[in-house]
Amino acid sequence: MDQDRIRNFSIIAHIDHGKSTLADRILEVTNTVTGREMREQVLDSMDLERERGITIKAQAVRVDWKGHELNLIDTPGHVDFTYEVSRALQACEGAVLVVDAAQGVEAQTVANAYLAIENDLELLPLANKIDLPQANPDAAAAELAELVGDAPDRVLRVSAKTGEGVEAVLDAIVERIPPPTGDPDAPPRALVFDSAYDQYRGVVAFVRVVDGQFRAREEVRAMAQGTRFETEEVGFFSPTMRAAESLGAGEVGYVVTGLKDVAKLRVGDTLTSQARAAAEPLPGYKDVKPMVFAGLFPTDSDEYPQLRDALERLKLNDASLSYDPETSNALGFGFRCGFLGLLHMEIVRERLEREFDLDLLVTAPSVAYQVETPSGERIEVHNPAEMPAERERVEEPYVRASIVVPKDGVGQVMELCNERRGRFDHMEYPSPERVLLVYELPLGEIVFDFYDQLKSRTRGYASFDYDFAGFREGELVRLDVLVGGESVDALSLVLHRDEAYGRGRALVDRLREEIPRQMFDVPVQAAIGSRVIARETIKAKRKDVLAKCYGGDITRKRKLLERQKAGKRRMKQVGAVEVPQEAFLAVLNLDGGKR
Amino acid sequence: MTAVRHLYVHVPFCAHRCGYCDFVTVVGRQGAHEHYVDALLAELELERAMLAPRLETVFLGGGTPTFTEAGALRRLLDALPPAAELTVEANPETVTPELARLLRESGVTRVSLGAQSFRSHLLRVLERRAQPDDVRRAYYHLRDANFDNISLDLLHGIPGQSASDLELDIEEALALAPEHISYYELEAKPGTRFTHAHGAELGRQAEALEGYFETVIERLTAAGYRWYETANFCVSPALAGGRDLRAQHNLAYWLGRDYLGLGIGAVSTLGWERRRNTPRLNGYIAALRRGEPPVRELEALDPGVRALERVMLGLRLDHGLPFATAAGSIDQAALGRLERLGLAARRAGTNGHEALLLTQRGRRLGGAVTAELLA
Repeated sequence: MDQDRIRNFSIIAHIDHGKSTLADRILEVTNTVTGREMREQVLDSMDLERERGITIKAQAVRVDWKGHELNLIDTPGHVDFTYEVSRALQACEGAVLVVDAAQGVEAQTVANAYLAIENDLELLPLANKIDLPQANPDAAAAELAELVGDAPDRVLRVSAKTGEGVEAVLDAIVERIPPPTGDPDAPPRALVFDSAYDQYRGVVAFVRVVDGQFRAREEVRAMAQGTRFETEEVGFFSPTMRAAESLGAGEVGYVVTGLKDVAKLRVGDTLTSQARAAAEPLPGYKDVKPMVFAGLFPTDSDEYPQLRDALERLKLNDASLSYDPETSNALGFGFRCGFLGLLHMEIVRERLEREFDLDLLVTAPSVAYQVETPSGERIEVHNPAEMPAERERVEEPYVRASIVVPKDGVGQVMELCNERRGRFDHMEYPSPERVLLVYELPLGEIVFDFYDQLKSRTRGYASFDYDFAGFREGELVRLDVLVGGESVDALSLVLHRDEAYGRGRALVDRLREEIPRQMFDVPVQAAIGSRVIARETIKAKRKDVLAKCYGGDITRKRKLLERQKAGKRRMKQVGAVEVPQEAFLAVLNLDGGKR
Repeated sequence: MTAVRHLYVHVPFCAHRCGYCDFVTVVGRQGAHEHYVDALLAELELERAMLAPRLETVFLGGGTPTFTEAGALRRLLDALPPAAELTVEANPETVTPELARLLRESGVTRVSLGAQSFRSHLLRVLERRAQPDDVRRAYYHLRDANFDNISLDLLHGIPGQSASDLELDIEEALALAPEHISYYELEAKPGTRFTHAHGAELGRQAEALEGYFETVIERLTAAGYRWYETANFCVSPALAGGRDLRAQHNLAYWLGRDYLGLGIGAVSTLGWERRRNTPRLNGYIAALRRGEPPVRELEALDPGVRALERVMLGLRLDHGLPFATAAGSIDQAALGRLERLGLAARRAGTNGHEALLLTQRGRRLGGAVTAELLA
């Protein structure tokens, strides 16, 4: 296809503003799916692929519109995958920015818009849901125009639900989004903007060909990682997988690689031909590193092998998930897992519990710290329990957070951000009613129930997005919890010195409530190094005797004893102290604020 | 199998059922007393071959054995094989001078008097029929009949029992100077009528009640009683002219001896078998009338279980048990921990063997300590 007749675009939107419905309608209007095949939200459905024995979801769909080839590229839906979103956007020349006409611009709208602008995309602002009685298309159009620096009358007005205005969207895509400008004769280069794992065909890469062309049965190489493979098939989705002879410059499609590990082919890498290799990869590849870490332990220690298998299987399809074996004195064998962010962590945890039927104990999430030791060595610490006692300096990750809030909630949000060591950056007014606040915040503060607090303090009206902003030095300490004089590694935290007392006190109080009395006094302490900052004592039991045995009914007594023994086996052991699982759960909830 | 030297006889009849009671009892059915005694004696005949000609102990428990119609009770006592110790449980309101004499004449050597408390408001909570004066009166009737081994049964942890109520109960009991005191903690079993009525009160009192057991131990030992079993005290031999006033029958349980139980709901432990008679009065009487044994629930006991029970019961005693007897059933690492915590100890026993025993504090936490030790 002549590049002049190709248009590559994404649809970007705040959650629930109608991205999927619009995508469905585009497939329908362009006859990519017939009415009979049409279902709600085809792009999100795996059924079509399943019918063909392929279990992966289309990340890009090709449609025809008035003699043009339009490629609709899907972007991951949430904040943790900013890097993946930005790669997907890099595969496009334009993006449709959807806003719910009843809601207006939200935090994710802003973040997505900035991301698109950074990638030099042509933005098509679109006010959706104009059929809703409470919709205010004029206000939404004004906000959008302000946000993208366009005229309000250029904002498309659509009801994806009824189909009103959808053809005009397709026309606008053809008219306003520029065609690709790669060199069809240069050595081939293609950007990997996503990948998926199919159990029969291995890793399937989603690519945007920039220069040259790619065919099946060709030796190719991923330039950043150096991975080599032979392409088994190239093709595109429309909406199901269709093999093609080649993918040419400007086109979007898939490459079946036969690789058995998604980690071998990372998002952002550049494919080139082995025979006629490009000199330079496409710009912008970065190795995405997990930022949020947590220990995952099976509630029942016998389920450790199942947890390991489940993580292995999730990892096949999720290159950004990392895990390393971890042993905790209290929780036994588990894994320290790295995630892109809190939502990623929640998704993984939910899948482990739902799809693999595992019962998990998850430690309080922490972040990656960069530590300089007295000997000048720099190390990265993923587990608070491993934070060295002696350290020259500690740097913690910061994010740039965009928060959109109705103007009467500004005070509460600023208060929250200040409590969380936020640094105010600036404020914008996307509409008379709403304010965009931009703060720099330590990620470690975000992972500690920031989102829940934000929602509760603004009665659910605030929206929030963030982007990684680099490492900064902080006055951080490691807070240890000691039960019976024994440090409970799974409960260690790294936090700002000023917060240590309050958190230590809360942890100690909670544990005192949750740990049953033992045969001896049990001190519960919170300590920074050797300095105890909070202490409580669980007083020893004064009596615990089994019932009388009357008339020689010894069996009953033995059964009571056996029940008592079984109860002990369900306990986790911290030194000599028996701690029920529930105590850890209670403390971890207090801490993570999630679940 | 060596001859069995301990016999338990269950006599289930009661004038009414007290709220906290969970033993096998029969209320009403006065007409059945004679038939029941017939059945007991028939069961005794069926099992007599296993018994030693002269027993060490016989224990008549209930129910309220002394509520049984006098003629029937006398007939039962007269027919029982001779024993060095013959204990009968009695409720205070049933003990008349005549009954005391009857017991004495029938060879009863020891009476366990179910006082439970000397506080009338607490007796009401327990739904006992006796008043505090009845308890004292019964005690003196027994003394007048020349009983020189009387045990008082008392309860602590009664709903509404204040610390001073407890002190008064202990004082009253000591004033009577019984040879033996059983002082059990009231058990409120989930789901019972009693727990339904008093559970909330017990919950509120929980913290105060926790110290009562300690108080009982302190007061009784200070008064010269030997705390020889978790809930049992007897006058020290030094103050009793060298007599061993421990309840010999119960001691047999705690030492893991075999025993035969007769009557409804009665349990026997015989070698590698434990059996429990049907708790149904009619079925029991009918079977024995036919000359058949009653319906029984059987439980096989392997050597491991008996050894474990031996430890579980032996650790209730102040002397503990021979370490060599316990060694195969206990977790050595746990023993080390418990020794360091001052809860368990190994000491030279009286017979030169090393004994495993719990310290005083260990015995108050006996349930938890034993669970840990037998892990």
